[in-house]
Amino acid sequence: MAVTADELRERVAQLLADHDPAGDRLGFLRARFDAGLAWVHFPLGLGGLDAPRELQAVVDAELAAANAPDNSPHRIGIGLGMAAPTILVHGSDELRTRLLRPLWTGEQVWCQLFSEPGAGSDLAGLGTRAVRDGDDWVVNGQKVWTSMAHEARWAILVTRTDPTVPKHAGMTYFVCDMTAPGVEVRPLRQLTGEAEFNEVFLDDVRIPDSQRLGDVGNGWRVAQTTLMNERVAIGGGSTPREAGTIAAVTSAWRNRPELRSPGAHDELLRLWIDAEATRLTGQRLRQQLAAGAPGPEGSAAKLAFAKLNQDVSGFELELLGVDGLGYDDWSSDSWSTERPTEVDFLGRSAGYRYLRAKGNSIEGGTSEILRNIISERVLMLPGEPRTDKDVAWKDLPK
Amino acid sequence: MSDLLYSDVEESLRSSVRDLLTDRADWASVLTRTETEEPYDPALWSALTSDLGLTGLPITEADGGQGASWRETAVVAEELGRSVAATPYLGSAVLATALAIRLGDSDLLRGLATGEQTATLAVSLSQAPGSAFPVAVRHDGAALTGTIRSVADAFVADTLLVPSMGPTEPALFRVDVSSAQLTPVVSLDLTRPLVDVSFDAATGEQIESGHAAAQLLDAALTTGAAILASEQLGAAQRCLDLTVEYLKTRHQFGRPIGSFQALKHRVADVWAGVTQARAVARYAADCLARDDPDASVAASLAQAYCGPVAVKAAEECVQLHGGIGFTWEHPVHLYLKRAKADAIALGTARAHRARLGGLLDLPTS
Repeated sequence: MAVTADELRERVAQLLADHDPAGDRLGFLRARFDAGLAWVHFPLGLGGLDAPRELQAVVDAELAAANAPDNSPHRIGIGLGMAAPTILVHGSDELRTRLLRPLWTGEQVWCQLFSEPGAGSDLAGLGTRAVRDGDDWVVNGQKVWTSMAHEARWAILVTRTDPTVPKHAGMTYFVCDMTAPGVEVRPLRQLTGEAEFNEVFLDDVRIPDSQRLGDVGNGWRVAQTTLMNERVAIGGGSTPREAGTIAAVTSAWRNRPELRSPGAHDELLRLWIDAEATRLTGQRLRQQLAAGAPGPEGSAAKLAFAKLNQDVSGFELELLGVDGLGYDDWSSDSWSTERPTEVDFLGRSAGYRYLRAKGNSIEGGTSEILRNIISERVLMLPGEPRTDKDVAWKDLPK
Repeated sequence: MSDLLYSDVEESLRSSVRDLLTDRADWASVLTRTETEEPYDPALWSALTSDLGLTGLPITEADGGQGASWRETAVVAEELGRSVAATPYLGSAVLATALAIRLGDSDLLRGLATGEQTATLAVSLSQAPGSAFPVAVRHDGAALTGTIRSVADAFVADTLLVPSMGPTEPALFRVDVSSAQLTPVVSLDLTRPLVDVSFDAATGEQIESGHAAAQLLDAALTTGAAILASEQLGAAQRCLDLTVEYLKTRHQFGRPIGSFQALKHRVADVWAGVTQARAVARYAADCLARDDPDASVAASLAQAYCGPVAVKAAEECVQLHGGIGFTWEHPVHLYLKRAKADAIALGTARAHRARLGGLLDLPTS
């Protein structure tokens, strides 16, 4: 019999009775997970109750009303949004039991070891090698653009296990212990001055075969789940009207009449309209996704979001005139040690917004790739002739 | 008709400047220097001034210069834009020099030509030709008080040329930099670090007053705007070159990414913009060189066209490089920041379009 909303409310009440929400935070979160109230649509014993996904909102509302602590989801997005769904579907029982609770509570932070200097948009071209050695795999290679690597305990990792077959057929997916010998994390400084991301060097890192997710050679298929979740995560935040980067511009316009001109006015309103269209599209997308699996429509939201941020921030800088010539902090002495945990668009300067927005059309799938996805998978236009699909990975021009 | 080409002399000049900058101002050195106490390289400046005489180009031989013209200065500006090196060329060799030439100040010109003196025009870098006379500084007699925000090239200047508003009329002053307080501004463009310049009853020497002072300032800003367009052109061309090189060598999906039609079209569009920007920048430089009455139109046209072209070239360069274009250790961000700051410097494209409306009898209503 399916779990109902009322049953969930009873279970929440029981949890609150057994564990003080104002007490030990980690203890409460673990208890919540064990009670199946972490992500209710997950299986029994793995933080869920095999309940319909929509009922999560019921649980969250009840717990919020009781001022219960949450698991800081914004801090552990990679684990929650990317690693967890992948482990759930492809992990062994042992891995699922071992990893999912500390992932959900945030005790263990996760990062994603996918992109490489030679494999960005063409992720399937990646070359980090995993070679079988007894019960282990020995891994060598370099990953890049890894958020949270400096704090992570675990990583989801895609490797090349067979260079002699076409690229999509020769990959294998692992869970990698970031504290294993041979894992080296280096901050990657970006054009805004600080380092949100890292390079990760893997030098003879040993990974037990028990940490493999999916079959040998099936890594690409396993990675698809992860990637679809990432694209949705970036494009779909909830915002009221005049939130986001447009807020900086509307605020400047209203508070500083000396900045106004007829030409700028027309452009301002054009951008306001774009912002509102993007916002409403995101809202509609979220409604569509509320209970379903992510689909390619998320690409449109991300495409629009990136363009909007870039147009608005570019306009803002020139509107500000002399103020646009300044910057807040290049992090000259602190970039390798002080790592931002989130992008703070509105808290920082216009110059920062302009520069950071440049990443929006690159990270999580470039706008060029997204346009390919839209045209080929949504609009069903024929793809371009491919020269790489049937060639052994080792024979591909690099 | 204007000469929109480059003469043999200009190309030869370009070659010398490019060789020097390739040798002394490679992008990695430029980048490293931006986070030191000495963002301007004094040895480079010395080579540009006393070795190559590049600050003396529009100055007559009688005044210690090369007896060339603003056309040649524009070529130097292109090369400096191409290298994105930090030098006080815009402030000293363009803005201050333009003012000094119109004043006929031979002493100052001689100093600027040889590089013994460096000067700058003490205005906010965003100050546009055609805008109202700045009133950040006021004077009573010869005592100046006030703060001018975000001035370029003041950091290494000996002399500041300062617009100031008096009790009844505007004036221009020459002030020794030792009489000013300079406060560094954390700048978007680290290769053109800005300072706030403050005076507290500082003593200056009045060099012009009244309507003539306002006209002189406007003429200097017009010259600056026209030459800046060449800097923007040089930066844009370099961005295009970096992008094309990357598109040829970067392989994804088993082929060079430049073989994808979508990217070919975009970089072709950048090329088309740069090609037109070149004609517009040449026109502006040529008008300055011949003291053509169309110089004001030419300068605003140049800023309004070349500013956005440079920004577009830099932004496309970032995007078409993918992730690596977003990193600190790759040169493109230097060009992005220079192009965007230049889009504000000496007037935004929007401000110049508005100015053109006035100059061309195309009113708003």
